[in-house]
Amino acid sequence: MRDVVTGTPGILEVSNLSITRDGKTLLEVPHLCLDGPGPTLILGPNGAGKSLLLRCLHGLIQPDRGRVCQNGVVLNADHKARQAMVFQSPVLLRRSVAANLDFVLKRQSMPRILRKQRIDALLAEGGLDGKAGQPARSLSGGEAQRLAILRALALEPETLFLDEPTSALDPSATQMIERMVLRASARGVRIVMVTHDIGQARRLASDIVMMQAGHVVEHGIAQKVLNEPESDDSRRYLAGGLVT
Amino acid sequence: MQGFASEFNHALSLILNGDAELWAIVLLSLQVSIFAVLISAVIGMPVGAALAVARFPGRRALIILVNALMGFPPVVVGLLVYLMLSRSGPLGVLELLYTPTAMIIAQVVLVTPIMAALTRQVIEMLAEEYSEQLRSLGVSRLASVPVLLWDARLALVTALLAGFGRAIAEVGAVIIVGGNINHVTRVMTTTIALETSKGNLALALALGVILIGLAITVNAMVSALTLRAEREGLRHA
Repeated sequence: MRDVVTGTPGILEVSNLSITRDGKTLLEVPHLCLDGPGPTLILGPNGAGKSLLLRCLHGLIQPDRGRVCQNGVVLNADHKARQAMVFQSPVLLRRSVAANLDFVLKRQSMPRILRKQRIDALLAEGGLDGKAGQPARSLSGGEAQRLAILRALALEPETLFLDEPTSALDPSATQMIERMVLRASARGVRIVMVTHDIGQARRLASDIVMMQAGHVVEHGIAQKVLNEPESDDSRRYLAGGLVT
Repeated sequence: MQGFASEFNHALSLILNGDAELWAIVLLSLQVSIFAVLISAVIGMPVGAALAVARFPGRRALIILVNALMGFPPVVVGLLVYLMLSRSGPLGVLELLYTPTAMIIAQVVLVTPIMAALTRQVIEMLAEEYSEQLRSLGVSRLASVPVLLWDARLALVTALLAGFGRAIAEVGAVIIVGGNINHVTRVMTTTIALETSKGNLALALALGVILIGLAITVNAMVSALTLRAEREGLRHA
């Protein structure tokens, strides 16, 4: 929950998190606390465990060991109901653009008249005005991802997880997504986003989590991690070296 | 060849002149098959969706059984339904044998596995795609069933049409339980079989033309739906 005194969104904390498959450690995070005021960006090469960590934070995957807490309380159904996630490939319902938004608003038992107003406002926010009746699956990649973000925001989440939402988009579409993310963050939504894009991390991040081979190798204020990385893995990754 | 041409001309005149007997047979065929398909959909689609979404012991065996039932020989289905409905059978007291209801029952037995299997296949693919997103949106496994059924609607209409195609063209089971009684249980396929054996080729040909027309219409509708789904990006990956 958003802290009414400090204005910062709820704190996410991970303790002794571990996921092992076939004897291989996929994720091993002894401790991680996401309590910064702005977006947290998770950086690292493929297979670093970024998406796995994101899914654990959102409760989509149960770790073999360890726990995720929000404001000191183990993640529960109430917390999950106030979280939302946007996936790398947007999963849109086979319905119209407006019906995709209506789906989540209806689940919140919002009256029809208010839903209509909210849908119009959301479409305007995402630059999708005039596309309400269009089949969602016929949108372009950037539009589809914007709709997926709008649908997540329609839930009015306290925490929004984004798993490489701009990985397949051009700079213009990426910029629109980044603006939406920053606006949501400014409204007090905790943003936790996975990316490969160092430039994006520079543009958006308040704090950065660097991951490598299932481990968090560094976590700190974005400026510090990006300009004075402490770990060798971070230095190599940020220098554009091939970290495998 | 001349004989065939003359029979064919006679057949066309039966169709075009609105021969009462011919169109009564067509109407009964449509009634029986449409009822059977609707009942099969009501039973088969939820069963298919449940098989796609639910996880329980024996699920895999049940899927194999449903798939196997799709290939069940119609005459055997006819025989089993006959045994159930005959006077000495467990449902004999209902006196349904040699009625259109018996034919509907036989077609339901034949078509329901098709509905269930196709629905299971369609919903399972969609569920795989939607699973994480729906969980993220707080939709439970049970609550996801109507979402999946609605979003798979075009594919399910295709399944419905496939079931109708199977039902309307069926002969073996309905002739056993219906008895091919004139003005009571005589449908297109059974009439074609009977009239051909009697040498009344004109009526058989006329019904054949209508049956082929129906098959082409159903296939055209399936193609149109598939095309529309592709255009709208609604098809499963």
